[in-house]
Amino acid sequence: MKKRLLIVFVLLLAFGAARIPLERHIDTVHREAGFRTARIDLDLRSKISQMGFVAALSGFRSFVAAVLWIEAHIAWERTEWGRMAALFDTVTTLQPKSALYWDMASWHMAWNASVAALDNKEEPNEFLRRRAQRQYFDLGKKILEDGIANNPNNALLWERYAILLRDKLEEHCGAADAFQQAAGLDTGRTYLPRMAAYELARCEGRESEAYDRLKCLYDADPANHVPALIARLKEMEDKLGIPAADRIPSTP
Amino acid sequence: MNSKPALPPAFSISRILVLATNTLTELARLKIFYFLLLFGLLVIGNSLFMARLSFEEEFQMLKDVSLGAMSIFTSLLAILATAMILPKDIEDRTIYTILAKPVPRFEYLAGKLIGILMLLGISTLVMALMFFAVLWFRESTVIADAQRQMADATGAPTEELTAYIAKVQASAFNTNLIPGVIVIFFKAALLASLTLFVSTFATSAIFAMIISIAVYFIGHLQATARDYWLEGMDIAWWTRGMVALVALIFPDLQAFSLADDIIAGTAVSMGLFLQTIGLGALYVGVYYLFACVVFSGREL
Repeated sequence: MKKRLLIVFVLLLAFGAARIPLERHIDTVHREAGFRTARIDLDLRSKISQMGFVAALSGFRSFVAAVLWIEAHIAWERTEWGRMAALFDTVTTLQPKSALYWDMASWHMAWNASVAALDNKEEPNEFLRRRAQRQYFDLGKKILEDGIANNPNNALLWERYAILLRDKLEEHCGAADAFQQAAGLDTGRTYLPRMAAYELARCEGRESEAYDRLKCLYDADPANHVPALIARLKEMEDKLGIPAADRIPSTP
Repeated sequence: MNSKPALPPAFSISRILVLATNTLTELARLKIFYFLLLFGLLVIGNSLFMARLSFEEEFQMLKDVSLGAMSIFTSLLAILATAMILPKDIEDRTIYTILAKPVPRFEYLAGKLIGILMLLGISTLVMALMFFAVLWFRESTVIADAQRQMADATGAPTEELTAYIAKVQASAFNTNLIPGVIVIFFKAALLASLTLFVSTFATSAIFAMIISIAVYFIGHLQATARDYWLEGMDIAWWTRGMVALVALIFPDLQAFSLADDIIAGTAVSMGLFLQTIGLGALYVGVYYLFACVVFSGREL
């Protein structure tokens, strides 16, 4: 029996040597298709419990992420913003391909936590309240930037990033570029090119480009003759001194 | 006129199927399927709690928890049910009755393995159906709520409702979940075959369980060990030797953890799916052969 076990052990090693090229090939195929991209390392270990880390190592990443997301939701109900930020960091590390987690985490930080920071009754100093608010805006921005780095072809994340730059940070040039990226990735959402052009119109130094973009949209499709686009186009016409003959007709 | 009795065939599918159905019946009598109730409670309870979240979050959580639980339950079932099969047959002395008949040992093992695979197949199918049913029910509820709200709101544009419904449908069921479930089954099948192999030389069911559970955990790190061994990392020679041993002995179980990324929206191509289940089938076959080699020399 011992001799037989020894033979099987040798066979097991031989099978291992034979299958390793196959496993490496499948590993490459998986990675190219976007699988097995999560980073399970000491950084993650420092963020979650030992059991959570073991579970993540054992093929239950999404399960652990779901449990931590529920914890984050409970933290939200208790308005524990710092704890939420830490949990979001872990969840997005565990599930970097899930756009929903990046999107929601960023929204909670840039919209909810930032407002709570500004309305913080326990902080009488307005400067400090505003600084805390700005930190949450930046955190929301950082989350989306990391999300985009992990999912560069996700139109939703680009759109959310553009909205954050527009509404919270007033970075219109960046917002225009981000809307344009989203428009290129999702041609189904026809409002995205318009949004990109609107933001470009508010970006100093790029008025001429904004006018071309708006005019192009106006000429391309009557569905784009919406009040916002017409208003911005007229604004650009005035700003750039477009000759009357080239201007769009005034709406009644 | 003394005619010799006809010799039984050296290999018989019907014998294997009899052994397989008998194994399945034995396991069913052990009330193993009760764990499906637990899964049902988990999925339904989870969906009720998640109804507090946005529908995107709810569907994501439902998929995370359900596929995670499916993976845990099938893996545990594969290890625990397989580990007790041989020791139980030896203890009940059933094995002597079977092997005294013209049943080769490799057929006996094939019957046992197929019986367990049938158990795993039925369990995975029932869990998948429960999961899809809950997902469909929640999707229908969310859509019905939206339609009711739009009907109440006079003058609301129908395009918005259509877009909303499309968004709900995109967040709920997607066809990639099906290969995800099948890969979970293959991972469990691999563990069953591996445990059967371990139990051919194990001295008790507990020993086979402990070894298989240890292999389960190490198997998820095999890819890391393989990379350390082959990617030219700067490590000591003895560490390189150890990681090489791990890479050669243990199966790469991370290859079967596709569900995590499928939930996140990563698409599974047919080629990738076939290669993955092909690897699973290869492991099942090879571990079965190893089990046959060891079991054929075991003294009973």
